[in-house]
Amino acid sequence: MTDTPKPKKQIVPNKAPMPAQDAAVRAKNFSEVATGYTRETAIAEAQRCLQCKKEPCRQGCPVEVNIPDFLKLAAEGDFAGAIAKIKEKNALPAVCGRVCPQENQCEKYCTLGKKHEPVGIGRVERFCADLELETGVKLPEVAPATGFKVAVVGSGPAGLTCASDLAKMGHKVTVFEALHVAGGVLMYGIPEFRLPKAVVQAEVQNLKKLGVEIDVNSVVGKFSTVDELMESGFDAVFIGTGAGLPYFMNIPGENLCGVYSANEFLTRTNLMKAYKFPDYDTPIKIGKKVAVLGGGNVAMDAARTALRLGAEESWIVYRRSDKELPARHEEVEHAHEEGVKFALLTSPTKIVGDDNGVVKAMECLKYELGEPDASGRRSPVAIKGSEYMMEVDTVVVAIGQGPNPLVPRTTKGLEINKRGNIVASVETGATSKPGVYAGGDVVTGAATVIMAMGAGKIGARSIHEYLQSKKA
Amino acid sequence: MYKILRKEVFSPIIKLMDIEAPKVAKSCKAGQFIILRIDEEGERIPLTIADYDREKGIVTIVYQEVGKTTEQLGAMEAGQSIQDFVGPLGEPSHIENFGNVIVVGGGVGIAPVHPIARSLKEAGNNVIGIIGSRNKELMFWEDKMREACSELHVTTDDGSYVRKGFVTDVMKEIIEARGKENIGLVIAIGPQPMMRACCNVTKEYGLKTVVSLNALMVDGTGMCGCCRVSVEGQTKFVCVDGPEFDGHQVDWAELSKRGAYFREEEQRSKEKKHTCKCGCGGGK
Repeated sequence: MTDTPKPKKQIVPNKAPMPAQDAAVRAKNFSEVATGYTRETAIAEAQRCLQCKKEPCRQGCPVEVNIPDFLKLAAEGDFAGAIAKIKEKNALPAVCGRVCPQENQCEKYCTLGKKHEPVGIGRVERFCADLELETGVKLPEVAPATGFKVAVVGSGPAGLTCASDLAKMGHKVTVFEALHVAGGVLMYGIPEFRLPKAVVQAEVQNLKKLGVEIDVNSVVGKFSTVDELMESGFDAVFIGTGAGLPYFMNIPGENLCGVYSANEFLTRTNLMKAYKFPDYDTPIKIGKKVAVLGGGNVAMDAARTALRLGAEESWIVYRRSDKELPARHEEVEHAHEEGVKFALLTSPTKIVGDDNGVVKAMECLKYELGEPDASGRRSPVAIKGSEYMMEVDTVVVAIGQGPNPLVPRTTKGLEINKRGNIVASVETGATSKPGVYAGGDVVTGAATVIMAMGAGKIGARSIHEYLQSKKA
Repeated sequence: MYKILRKEVFSPIIKLMDIEAPKVAKSCKAGQFIILRIDEEGERIPLTIADYDREKGIVTIVYQEVGKTTEQLGAMEAGQSIQDFVGPLGEPSHIENFGNVIVVGGGVGIAPVHPIARSLKEAGNNVIGIIGSRNKELMFWEDKMREACSELHVTTDDGSYVRKGFVTDVMKEIIEARGKENIGLVIAIGPQPMMRACCNVTKEYGLKTVVSLNALMVDGTGMCGCCRVSVEGQTKFVCVDGPEFDGHQVDWAELSKRGAYFREEEQRSKEKKHTCKCGCGGGK
């Protein structure tokens, strides 16, 4: 044997840390918390990929990005090649690089992650995407026009992904958005400090360059129903209207002034830029002590936003323990670092107001964890007689959202489940109505950006097949 | 962008605008509203649709200058454009033949009540219209309302036009004269105290009364819940469940408190130096 043995790859056990603004500083501004990798760090991190044969990371990506290939290109410093590779599959890489819970997706399956920390796939993705946004975007190839017209209802992550894929296949796509700007939850829900709105709009602009038309100020179910859209010449419709119906606790005092749904609190701040009031006209009132009810990502966003708006104290009030918090670990950690306080195993029973109908306190009950329930989680049990008053002047209800009923209510022949979600096939996105597909939160209930994007991709593929069969 | 095609000044604080908005004009019905945002920094405010022309693609709004946005809008002229104009939103009025219907418009509420009166008349109702304002200067659309109703009664709080008295005084007289059993429905639209007063009167007679609520809103599509109101002890969203509700079931005290929550900020916003580049000459 004359071959020299291949040098064994030097394993770097830890992910390159994400540079971030100092917690004390960032808790008072709306600039992005994580500032992003440098070119050198991105290359070094990409080089950590073992380029293993099995590529298990790929099964964790709902939009099917060829992760090892893009990491290889990035490892060689070919970021243009890397982003092109990502964009073969992912229309919103700058968004995904920031808000995907990679620890539950691609990075969960990373071979390196079995013994060490997984490759920081999301962080490298973000660097590639940001670099391209800075230096100029190369448009992906678009198939010749098919002559088919598709309407996409809702411009959130599901709708934008579906629109992008369909446009690349040569279909003429119009996206209908109810608000005055495209992006859905990426614009109204996720705060500026986690996902700068300029980044979202840059991605939306790229979509427009593919020929996608975006009609803002267009509430489907109101100016036109889905049936009317189809009568007016659309060959197929994708519904991705999200989970835009805020749930409340249904406890006394919830309609007092100073009680916001998380949707209202975040929409005022993010979409309407109330943090710049009075330069922007939309106000938001924030008290000295804010209680956010719930323990998910939206609750963390609201609690951290409250601090930035000037609250002296911002509390998460959650009825289970810290182990059950549904929010991403990273978000909880960030909240802790910034000074958010946690009242765990606690749930309010009523909200109390002053003479002007403004919140002044909340009666809470303490809980302890009982036996595991059907889901395997230990269910909280109220401790009798543990009522106490918590003085607060703002309450944000962040216990979840349901599907917005406008489209389901006005579309004939569309099957809806008990919770109001549209019934659609997981494999195809097909609904009970021919030519109408659906995906994202309106089907699954509130989930993640990347799950919605995956559903948008599946919807696009099925619509393409449907249109092909129509042609035949 | 949505072009202002025509502006009519009814009084220094009440103005009309025809807006080029074909999509809204095509599908709107009596009782629905729109949300507009003047410019990039603007807030979203709801206004009930006062009239529409489906063929020409025009939606008419009438507003009273009460805050920063309505004042800024009031300073704009025909030919200029507003950035966002979305609708139709909310549920349309329930129109059927009720027989005799009393339709009350108070102040700027005369505008939204107009298309409802017209639709009711078209549906075969005998529409008894009552319109009232604080004084002669604030009265408008008497002619249009006369056309939309079967008969029209006009009143002013100070007696400076036609007669002195509140709309509730006129309404009481009519109910007494015609007999409560001969009235199928009452619809009252105007400032909250006026709608509440109308409901207090009709409650005595056991007459069902529909009101159109003006709550603070952000998105107007059921997403934020800012506009929530208690009706019959249940929380409703004015934007998607309304804007019309049974006035006898509305928790008026709660509605009024919620409406006042941002008053301080509204004042600050109004006092802010107007520095837009829209060519409106710096507002007021």
